[in-house]
Amino acid sequence: MPNVGNDLHPYLRHQMMPTVWCPGCGHGNIARAIATSLERLELDLGHVVVLGGIGCSGRTPFYFNTNAMHTTHGRVLAFATGLKLANPSLTVIVAMGDGDALAIGAGHFIHAARRNIDLTVVLYNNSIYGMTGGQQAPTTPRSFRSTTSPFGGIEPAFDAVDLALAAGATYVARTTTFDFAEMPEYISGGIRHPGFAMIEILSQCPTYFGRLNQLGDAPEMIEYQRNHTVMAGDESQIGRDDLLGNLPVGIFRQEIRPEYTHQYAELSQAQGGDYRA
Amino acid sequence: MRLVQGNEAVVLGALAAGCNFYAGYPITPATEIMEQMARMLPGRGGVFIQMEDELAALGAVIGATWGGMRAMTATSGPGFSLMQEHIGYAAMTQTPCVVVDSQRIGPSTGQPTMPAQGDVMQARWGSHGDRPAIVVTASSVKDVYDMTQQSFTWAFTYRLPVVLLLDAVLSHMRENIELPAVSPPSLPTSADSADSEDPYKPFGNHPFVPFSANTRTIVSGLAHDETGNTRGAVGPASEQILRDSLSHLDEDYQKITRHRNYRLEDAQWLIISYGITARAARAAVDILRESGVRAGLLELMTLWPFPELIVKSIARHVQGILLPELNLGQLVLPLRAAVGGLCPVAGLGRADGELFTPEAIAQAMISHSRKIERRVSHHA
Repeated sequence: MPNVGNDLHPYLRHQMMPTVWCPGCGHGNIARAIATSLERLELDLGHVVVLGGIGCSGRTPFYFNTNAMHTTHGRVLAFATGLKLANPSLTVIVAMGDGDALAIGAGHFIHAARRNIDLTVVLYNNSIYGMTGGQQAPTTPRSFRSTTSPFGGIEPAFDAVDLALAAGATYVARTTTFDFAEMPEYISGGIRHPGFAMIEILSQCPTYFGRLNQLGDAPEMIEYQRNHTVMAGDESQIGRDDLLGNLPVGIFRQEIRPEYTHQYAELSQAQGGDYRA
Repeated sequence: MRLVQGNEAVVLGALAAGCNFYAGYPITPATEIMEQMARMLPGRGGVFIQMEDELAALGAVIGATWGGMRAMTATSGPGFSLMQEHIGYAAMTQTPCVVVDSQRIGPSTGQPTMPAQGDVMQARWGSHGDRPAIVVTASSVKDVYDMTQQSFTWAFTYRLPVVLLLDAVLSHMRENIELPAVSPPSLPTSADSADSEDPYKPFGNHPFVPFSANTRTIVSGLAHDETGNTRGAVGPASEQILRDSLSHLDEDYQKITRHRNYRLEDAQWLIISYGITARAARAAVDILRESGVRAGLLELMTLWPFPELIVKSIARHVQGILLPELNLGQLVLPLRAAVGGLCPVAGLGRADGELFTPEAIAQAMISHSRKIERRVSHHA
């Protein structure tokens, strides 16, 4: 059972509440799932750093009672990489938006994945640029509307899971805000995983994506997620080019490969250095 | 004594300053800095990482600084342009770090192997918004060593990104230098962060304290107050932090400003120069003196804050000033503002990838002086 009643207050930075997120936004559910993961893993908050980029998801670090960095658009993984290398004992959690990770920061995203550095990326995918008021994102499905694709977009949507897998991420999962139990399960799995973990979570943006595309309010959008996602492996139901076109969810990869800070420690020690991962 | 390349002097100066983190991206003519760091840091327990671009390089540097390391990067014009975003972030978040820019001809790809001094204004004003800045330069390999080391001290004292401007020639030039025996300074540790303030104020006038188990610092490029709070009407508090940082630099102006005088005591004609150009300017002073022109040189090693008080005090006693620089007129702008009509100022610029010869500078000084003398005699 999901731990609905657990006391997550110690994990949150109360002076920053309420959040900037709109009523009905899925991002609060994702942040809650991160807090739940920290609680389940019994992590010492002094050794956790939450980072974010720019956009709605980027505000996540403000709400955690940890050291935190709200960085620049798309480039949060560069900061996280430097931080993790400087202090490998930290648990580093990175909140990114779909624009953050797949547009302006796609270059950083693939290289962090390639290095397999021990970071946990939670990719909040709401299919649109929310903070700036509803522009087309690299995840906006073809033919869907945004303020910059007012007649329907003609670009195909990017698949974050495919990209992460291709780039070499060693823990790759996707779920939705409907999947209340899976969110903390996958995020905890990513945090425990000794390597680069990417958990994409499909989130609803009723304010822009929902309104511009007549998808209804949050409950309807969440229901849509439920109806248009299938567990990975059930290939017969997968179609990619419409809204969440029966998108596969689940854990796509979970494997151990050499992790960056550990490899660096080996290299340093072989050269007589005392770097420890 | 040891024969050291300019880029190598950056590495040696940085290590002497306790630098233990380098993130970079290859670029001519700064690449040797990165290559040397890649060789030297692992065995010292430090961290070297090659990032995917210059934006990432400076981002990693800032992350590492909050992680408790002394971090730097180095680049050249095109990379320096990319780094402006994170120079602004480092300024906004008061993150100490050092950025070396070995200048080459621009704009854009320009001439990668040819020297320039065209990033002087970008180093001060390249990121959007206002910010405090310390920008220094060097004219010899020994200077490069000293100024790199000094840059780390200032970065931590004033909590800002310090920019060291070199150029393609200085980076690749080799000179014999005496390397002082140094013991690297101790790094900030989590013990330094024990802080009983309530509420804890990690920004503003507070010394830099990296993340530790005792802190709950929130670092953001959003406008914020001294606690890091970004909510509500933080505009005035954010402006105040900026104003305090700028005043701090003003108050310490004398401590920060580095310059050299050459044959200035009785000089009537002043050459102001900096970086690689100052070497030719010094020789130009000798040429002018030999031909009976009482010239002197003020070599600036700190470009920003612009040393206007020093410039002004000397400008009162000379008849004219010439500022040669490897751009088409950049530092001459704040110079004119500082001199404010005390005497005529002429710029001498080139941006073709070649250095000035001493003769060219001497000739320009003579033309400048003749023009002024004609004007004076005309008015007399």
